[in-house]
Amino acid sequence: METKYCRDTLASLCVGQRGVVSSLAAEGMGRRRMLDLGLVPGTIVESVRRSPAGDPTAYIIRGAVIALRSEESSKIFVNPL
Amino acid sequence: MGLTYQSSGKGALREDYLSCNVKGDYVIALAGNPNTGKSTVFNALTGLKQHTGNWPGKTVVQALGNYKHGQKQITLVDLPGTYSLLANSPEEQVARDFICFAEPDATVVVVDATCLERNLNLVLQVLEITSRSIVCLNLMDEARRKKISIDVPALANKLGVPVIPTAARNGEGLTLLKDTINLVAAGTIELNPRRLVYDAKLEAAILELAGELEPLLPPQINRRWIALRLIDGDYTVIDGISKFLEKKLIKEDFAS
Amino acid sequence: MTQPVEYGGLNQIVKKAAEYGRTQGEGVRDQIVSHIYGEAEKLAATVVTCSNERTDWDRKIDNIITSRFFGYPLMLALLGAVFWVTISGANVPSEMLANLLFGIEDWLSSLFIGAGAPGWLHGVVVLGTYRGLAWVVSVMLPPMAIFFPIFTLLEDLGYLPRVAFNLDHAFKRVGAHGKQALTMSMGFGCNAAGVIAARIIDSPRERLIAILTNNFVPCNGRFPALIAISIIFVAGGVFSAYGTLAASAMVVAMILVGISVTLAVSWLLSKTLLKGEPSSFTLELPPYRKPQIIPVIVRSLFDRTAFVLARAVAVAAPAGALTWIFANIYIGDLSIIGHVAGWLEPFGRAIGLDGIIILAFILGLPANEIVVPIMIMGYLSAGSMLEFDSLLAFRELLLSQNWTLLTALNFMLFSLLHFPCGTTLLTIHKETGSLKWTVLAAVIPTIIAILVCFSITQGVRLFNLL
Repeated sequence: METKYCRDTLASLCVGQRGVVSSLAAEGMGRRRMLDLGLVPGTIVESVRRSPAGDPTAYIIRGAVIALRSEESSKIFVNPL
Repeated sequence: MGLTYQSSGKGALREDYLSCNVKGDYVIALAGNPNTGKSTVFNALTGLKQHTGNWPGKTVVQALGNYKHGQKQITLVDLPGTYSLLANSPEEQVARDFICFAEPDATVVVVDATCLERNLNLVLQVLEITSRSIVCLNLMDEARRKKISIDVPALANKLGVPVIPTAARNGEGLTLLKDTINLVAAGTIELNPRRLVYDAKLEAAILELAGELEPLLPPQINRRWIALRLIDGDYTVIDGISKFLEKKLIKEDFAS
Repeated sequence: MTQPVEYGGLNQIVKKAAEYGRTQGEGVRDQIVSHIYGEAEKLAATVVTCSNERTDWDRKIDNIITSRFFGYPLMLALLGAVFWVTISGANVPSEMLANLLFGIEDWLSSLFIGAGAPGWLHGVVVLGTYRGLAWVVSVMLPPMAIFFPIFTLLEDLGYLPRVAFNLDHAFKRVGAHGKQALTMSMGFGCNAAGVIAARIIDSPRERLIAILTNNFVPCNGRFPALIAISIIFVAGGVFSAYGTLAASAMVVAMILVGISVTLAVSWLLSKTLLKGEPSSFTLELPPYRKPQIIPVIVRSLFDRTAFVLARAVAVAAPAGALTWIFANIYIGDLSIIGHVAGWLEPFGRAIGLDGIIILAFILGLPANEIVVPIMIMGYLSAGSMLEFDSLLAFRELLLSQNWTLLTALNFMLFSLLHFPCGTTLLTIHKETGSLKWTVLAAVIPTIIAILVCFSITQGVRLFNLL
């Protein structure tokens, strides 16, 4: 039996796709900032749009539209919906 | 001898936090997330009677304003807009320290009615620190436009503090807000703020530490909240506590 | 971590708390925040009912503004539109104000002469002080009165975070912070305001970069000069429809140069003096809000009008007086201004300008808006400013002083890139608390201005381009 251990991150969501936060990879200050934004496990997030330059990407997190760079969004693990 | 905490006057630390002298009957703190129309509320209440400076020792802007309502002179302190009070940044620390240690007569939390869930994060944190709180449910006009409706009495019930719907841009609800501020500051309204209860292990630790803090801290300071902060590794509260205790000590030296 | 306080039992308690915290690892913070948000979610769910048409207007607008194809062109177009409106709108009021104020000057003159006042007194008060004032107010006030309300409306609307969203990538690539796009935008109104706005950047390193480069976008004190020179040399000095469009394009081109220099210098700083890692970037894109048009216009008008008038009185009036004095005290057969300009001439020529222009920039340190009046005064060896009833008169003057398109270009570039004004420098000192950075904030732009003008001048001369 082969389980592909493949973890999706916020950065990998397509525009318009939703996901549920499963865990955070960041530590320390970065982690606290993400938590404060409401990115606690179980939160539903939606990828809304990308900047014309490709980065950052805007996500709907608990009712607010927040833009994050890929450095940060790639450290947030989600289960795509 | 030793540290006693006989009350030596409300808000012993206020002068330390304010950039200029205030004289008035009540000092009210205005908190809220950024983008909630907090400045509109501030401007609407204080008009042109404002003074901008810096929080002592920080490059964070402090705006103070005055207004008169119901025979009372009110000083309004506009705290920096923050998403939370967990001291991740100088702004959050400033806001937090003021609410906890400068003992404002009331704290008004301005909330965006179109985004209640996210804003409640700050409200619940404020309620953890102080019971003298009022929730100003602003941007009601936007909420109506987006067909969002909020059961205000139920919310007030669950939070245990007054919730005033306003649309500060149109002046809607401001009189009621001012009335409520006066009532809360005077202590005439009974407040029963919703307290957060964490999981059993954490609660046990909090209880224990709070108990040990009791002889050291005056009753005005929320021991439970301080205990939680210390467990969270946030030692910046200690600065606030030391300042608070020093001030009390000095006052006692003068009194004796 | 601060030193735990010496108050007896507190030390013990802190140790205990730390112990417990350690047993939980990162868990405590996670737990706390999760719990709070969980409560918030439950609470909100019970009291809020939405019809769930999630702000579709916002989305549609943002889809266009941040789209791959339309995003940048739209931003550029908007910038151009704002300047076009400012230029066209300011034209008539400027003329009206000029007529009014210079009319008063004539009346003042006759008053002085009639009362038999000594020539120097008439000169200092009327020809120097009052003219300086009048020139600055009639040229500066109208554009400011138009630009600032427009900017504030855009701000209130919620447009600025979208600008930061679109430009963040560029700023990150040069080692700066995305929010610098915002402070840069504020710099258009007033560089000092842009410097203060840099507080929104948490990291001290990136904040400093934003502060040091804020100068490269032209503030309201420099616009009128840029616009006037553009119109003179690009549109032949006439406010025709084509002319205004061309001049706007020129100004926008200058601004693009300013933005490019901002990015380039940010890059340089982050590789040399201000090395470090990019910090985090989270930006909220708030929903678009209908700005309250009338209050905004009224507020900005009063703020700006008061501000310009105050500055005019505080800076332009004394500067006008001083310049008149220096232009009319003769040592030998040259006025003081003549002498100093003479010393500066070789340097000026090398960078495509002349001695008077350099002198004007130097004397214009207190405030950028007095550079042109001083320059004009210097040119008129009669030692007092010409009344500007028309841009054509200005044009004649410049051409008679051997201005070419090259001179105009260099003038605009030097104005764009040179040291910040006195107010901005004072603000920088206050914000950074450091003399070193304040001095650098003046020196770095000046060196860049000199290098750019020099290269262009020598390049053009070498290849005989113009």
